[in-house]
This record gives sequence, C-alpha cells and structure tokens, in this order.
Amino acid sequence: MLNAEIAEKEIKKINTDFEVSSPDLEDPIESKISHSLVGNIKFLIVGILFGIILVKSEVVSWFRIQEMFRFQSFHMYGVIGSAVITGMISVILLKRFKTKTIYNHPIIFIKRSFSKGQIFGGLLFGFGWAMTGACPGPIFALIGSGATVVLITLLTAIAGTWFYGLIREKLPH
Amino acid sequence: MLKILSQPWPWYISGPLIGLMVPALLVLGNRNFGISSNLRHICAACFPGKIPFFKYDWKNESWNLYLAAGIIIGALLVRLFFWNDQPIVLNPKLTAELSAYGLKDFNGLVPKEIFSWNAVLSVRSLIMLAGGGFLVGFGTRYAGGCTSGHAITGLANLQLPSLIATMSFFIGGIIMANFILPIILRF
Repeated sequence: MLNAEIAEKEIKKINTDFEVSSPDLEDPIESKISHSLVGNIKFLIVGILFGIILVKSEVVSWFRIQEMFRFQSFHMYGVIGSAVITGMISVILLKRFKTKTIYNHPIIFIKRSFSKGQIFGGLLFGFGWAMTGACPGPIFALIGSGATVVLITLLTAIAGTWFYGLIREKLPH
Repeated sequence: MLKILSQPWPWYISGPLIGLMVPALLVLGNRNFGISSNLRHICAACFPGKIPFFKYDWKNESWNLYLAAGIIIGALLVRLFFWNDQPIVLNPKLTAELSAYGLKDFNGLVPKEIFSWNAVLSVRSLIMLAGGGFLVGFGTRYAGGCTSGHAITGLANLQLPSLIATMSFFIGGIIMANFILPIILRF
C-alpha cells in the first residue's frame, strides 16, 4: 500500500501521460463509481458507438492511412480536422457555460507540459501507425471487424508499452 | 435506414461525431478521451513486475477498458449488420503503387496479402504487424498519447505539447509510408 502510494507520487512528479486521468483527479467519488459495473456501462456504450463510427468512416482502413501519409486523399484530413474543430468548439462551450459532470462536479481541463517524448515517441508512433495502418482505437476496431490477425499487433503494442515502462528512466524526457 | 447505415460515412459526418467523444467523456465523469492508455492499464493489471510506471491503481481507469471493449463490439456489429460490400474508393496512384508490391486485393480494410493468418510468417507481415505494433505501443506511451489523446483531445483544448506530438506523428508516418515502407513491402 505504502509502496503504491510512493509510486503514484513518483508518477505525478514525472507525469508525461495525460491520458491517465485519475492520478490528476482530486475527486475520489468519480473514481469509486468507475469501479462499479453499472458506472462503467455508459463507457461501454460510448465505446460501441465509437467502434461503429471508426469502421463506417473507413479510418480503420490500412489503405486510407497510406493515402493520408502520401497526400493522395483528403478523407483522413477531413475526418481528423473536423473532429478537432468539433472538440475545440465543445471545450469552449463547456468552459463558457461552466458545465458540470453528470455527478455535478466541475469539469477539469488538464494543462499539458512539454516533454521530449512528444517528439521522439511521436516519431516512433508515426512509424508504427504507417506500418500497421492503425492507431490504438482502430487496432481494437479492426479486431472486432474480423481482421483477427491484428491481435498480433495488439499484443506487440502491449509489449512495446511494457518495454517503455521498463526503460522509461533511461530515456530523455 | 439500414441502407444509409451500410454506406460508408463521409468525413463531415464521422469527423464531428469523433470530436464529440471529447465532451461526452468529460461530462460522463471527467474522463479524457485517449485510447492508447489502455495498453498501459493492461500492463498494470497483468504484468506490472517491479516497474514503477505500472504501479498504480489501474481499476480507477477501468472505464477506458470498457471503452475499448465497446470499440470491439461496435466494430463487430458493423461487420454483422451493416457491412459495406463495396470496396473503398482509393486513389489510383496508391493502388498502382501497391500492385507493384503484389498487393492486389483492395476490398477489405487491410491488405490480405500481408494482414492474414496465412501470410503472417512472411518477413514483411512480421515487420508490419509485430514491429509496427511494438512501435505503436512504445511510441504512444513515450509521447504520452495517441491520435485520440493528443491529436483530438489535446488539440481541442489548445495544448501546444499535443500539437508538437501530432506533428511528430505525421512526420514519422510520412517518412515511413514514403521512404521505408516501400522497402519493407518488397520482402
């Protein structure tokens, strides 16, 4: 227990991972809710919708990713660009109207700090993205859509993440 | 209705829907849209070892694993009920280039000559499926996010580090697709 607490503080001190929310969250109620199956069902439903969108929009297509990186089609730029703009407008509105969560807590917007990992890691992920034609969301979607061989990619991606954790302290950040 | 669902969705429909993931997850309990952290949670849950990076209460993040499970189910639902049989309309330049590497089947979401269990032991399949996967896992965590975490969530909140990360994703992808992948595809 004590060890876990120290480790968590350590992660906070050198937090470069902004997708993991709970170390930054000061609200334990929402964390507790997330343990329960009922509390998590809504995320399962959001995931189902996201999975449908990913396949129907063709962004999980290896060929579409190749077109994107060769500047041969506008499709992917249209999808990502309009997603970013929609996200931006949403965030502005959430801030403007001080929208609360469904548990009536204020929404927290995490400020991110620069780390060299965003460049080095970003380039490495870019290599992997062009090879597999899939970023992590589409990896799950491809498996669901029947391309079961992508399980190999999922397993090696987990291995890659584990290896990063192993050598993290030796890498420039 | 089913006919509309079976068509591929244009970018101006699917893009905004993807963007709405950001406010939806924030309103549903301060969750940050970012899929690649699941890979970290799986490590933390299954084989944390003595690695500090994996010593945290992954159960607090279990919502994201439900999201990933949902993605698999959603994609399966498309496959079963509103699958589009028509091949994706691709740029002829791409199909011409890929044909030169022996990729002739453009019907599915992935090139079957590489992404299938029959082909999995070929050199290029192993490099692309396994090597590529390793880079995705390593790179996303090193960068602190992926397309959803940085390019969409981070940019939506005007975070400069996410812009740097997103530019790096694309520079890496452009280098790989145009200069390195053509070599790998020859094997």
